[in-house]
Amino acid sequence: MTDLDRFLATFLNPAVAGQYAGAIAAGVLVTIEVAVAVLVTGLALGLGLAVLRAYRIRPLNALIVIFVDVFRALPPLVVILLAYFGLPNVGVTLSAFAVLWLVLSLVLAAFAEEIVWAGILSVRKGQWDAARSTGLGFAQTLFYVVLPQAVRLAIPPLTNRAIATTKNTALGSVIGVGEIINQAQTAVAVTGNATPLLMGALAYIIVFVPVLILAGRIERRFAWRRA
Amino acid sequence: MPAPILDVRALRKSFGPLEVLKGIDLSVRPQELVFLVGPSGSGKSTLLRCCNRLEEPDSGSIRLEGVELMDRACDLNAARRRIGMVFQGFNLYPHMTALGNVTLALRKVLGKSRREAEEIGRAALDRVGLADKAACHPGELSGGQQQRVAIARAVSLEPTLMLFDEPTSALDPELVGSVLAVMRSLREAGMTMVVVSHEMRFAREAADRVVFMEGGAIVEEGPPAAMFTEAQHPRTRAFLQEIGR
Amino acid sequence: MDALLQQFFNLDVMAQAWPLVLKGLGMTALLCLAVIPLGLGGGLLVALASLSGSRALRWSVRVFADLFRALPPLVLLILIYSGLPFAGIRLSPFAAVCLAFLLNASSFYGEIYRAGIESVGRGQWEAARSTGLTAGQAFGYVILPQAVRNVLPDLVSNTVEVVKLTSLASVVSFTELLYAADMARSVTYNASPIVLAALIYLAILWPVVRLTSRLEHRIAA
Repeated sequence: MTDLDRFLATFLNPAVAGQYAGAIAAGVLVTIEVAVAVLVTGLALGLGLAVLRAYRIRPLNALIVIFVDVFRALPPLVVILLAYFGLPNVGVTLSAFAVLWLVLSLVLAAFAEEIVWAGILSVRKGQWDAARSTGLGFAQTLFYVVLPQAVRLAIPPLTNRAIATTKNTALGSVIGVGEIINQAQTAVAVTGNATPLLMGALAYIIVFVPVLILAGRIERRFAWRRA
Repeated sequence: MPAPILDVRALRKSFGPLEVLKGIDLSVRPQELVFLVGPSGSGKSTLLRCCNRLEEPDSGSIRLEGVELMDRACDLNAARRRIGMVFQGFNLYPHMTALGNVTLALRKVLGKSRREAEEIGRAALDRVGLADKAACHPGELSGGQQQRVAIARAVSLEPTLMLFDEPTSALDPELVGSVLAVMRSLREAGMTMVVVSHEMRFAREAADRVVFMEGGAIVEEGPPAAMFTEAQHPRTRAFLQEIGR
Repeated sequence: MDALLQQFFNLDVMAQAWPLVLKGLGMTALLCLAVIPLGLGGGLLVALASLSGSRALRWSVRVFADLFRALPPLVLLILIYSGLPFAGIRLSPFAAVCLAFLLNASSFYGEIYRAGIESVGRGQWEAARSTGLTAGQAFGYVILPQAVRNVLPDLVSNTVEVVKLTSLASVVSFTELLYAADMARSVTYNASPIVLAALIYLAILWPVVRLTSRLEHRIAA
């Protein structure tokens, strides 16, 4: 066996690839499931918190700022381990999937709140004046006039953050969520062959490169909207 | 003499240590066009913005058709929709079409159906000569057109009083005329208006009364002919001469 | 409530774990000291290469940078840590972790620098060259300072991300802060050491996070 043969047999082994294609595909499905669930709850919660913050209720805002800061400052893996290993001891037992979903949602919500809030702040004061001068109430002005503009400003950074959060689904492997890299590692351990690892990496690239390209396009599309 | 539409008494407003309005009395009769003039920082815009409480006055009284706006119980949103306001920077909603800008308050404040609101909105746009721009976004319109949409937005709510805060100051000179023409037609239709502006030619020809403010107080007021030719106060004379050149 | 305190804020357990956690913190600091400066420097090279006149260089750097940005950092780390030995390349855990994070960090920093450089108008370049500055001088004295200023909030928040990133080294048994805390947790059957680690991360990163939101709001305003 030449060096090249040995290399191919280790990294691009068709037999191993065939055997574990199903497992990796299952992992892809889990990754997409977690990602979609996290995007929905995380973005909704973040948007909701930003709206709440616009009412400027002092104690509530302090809590929101603390929540946002903490989840922006903590490494998500720390929170995941804390929730997964700590909560059962106080009687709250969540599945690994639920822990991953919950923690990543909170992290995304924190970043999304910050981004949308910055968007709300950057809508000019004249917009509030104009809307209020026609008799629209605070909430009406917020929802019909300010928020649509704020969200538009927020879309490019929000897209980037959403992608970063989705990539964090890989952290689920640490607590045994059967997503892509977890499946790949298991397969490597069983076969002693590196092919599943490359398959896993490839799976991520196949899933994420189109998303990145789309994000780049969104960013360019909304970039002009600063008027 | 008919009862005033707007009656402001002893209005005071400070920003921090700076007193911007030092007890203003101003009353505006129906169908009157009052022109507020004065050097920058004299408090004209603040006075205007206090009239619908976009700026919160510290004390004083603001009566709109006899209703006290400073009352705690006053429905401010209802009052505001009867006071149309036009801003220096237009402040159109950039994410909505011209028609959308006009119909938002019709639907959400007056509770009109979309169809009814659009009918009124189109009529209002037609009135400012922009019926064909209903589907345009503000970004696609010139400054003059944007300001006319903003006027249509205010007019469509059928206000009893309109406030104009330097409506032509942000416009290129060649676009000023179209906005003044719309204001002139409003005046001919009997709209009561308070205007802060530096367009002295317009003041001379259209105003019923010119009010000169300086340092947060009204120095002098009178009909334009008298104010421009024989103002009593030297400061008024100096200012009007300077700006009238 | 008592159980909660006992489980998450047990001071005895924290005291017990303290020496181990402190050692972990030292390794985390070491990782940061290696990855952040190298990443900032590498990122600048990536940005320069991705804006270079050579089409081949430009595209190959962009493809690799996109690749490293598309891969979750944990996946990149596992690829290097458990994949490379199969190819006969054995790196120490520290080297593997550094390499993985460096590839990730310089790709992200590179993207940020590139946006910054592109945000500086062409006129600046022409003005600098017209006064006789060399290309290198024009870049170093005129373009780069403005570019960095324009993207400073992004550079700072990416640095926060890099510090958080180092916690992933625990997955490959590198004894940094989180790994040390988790070891203490598994010995004591108590989550307090992880809370301790979390508090340390917060103490380091909270001020920086505050700073980034102020920087961002200032620019938005």
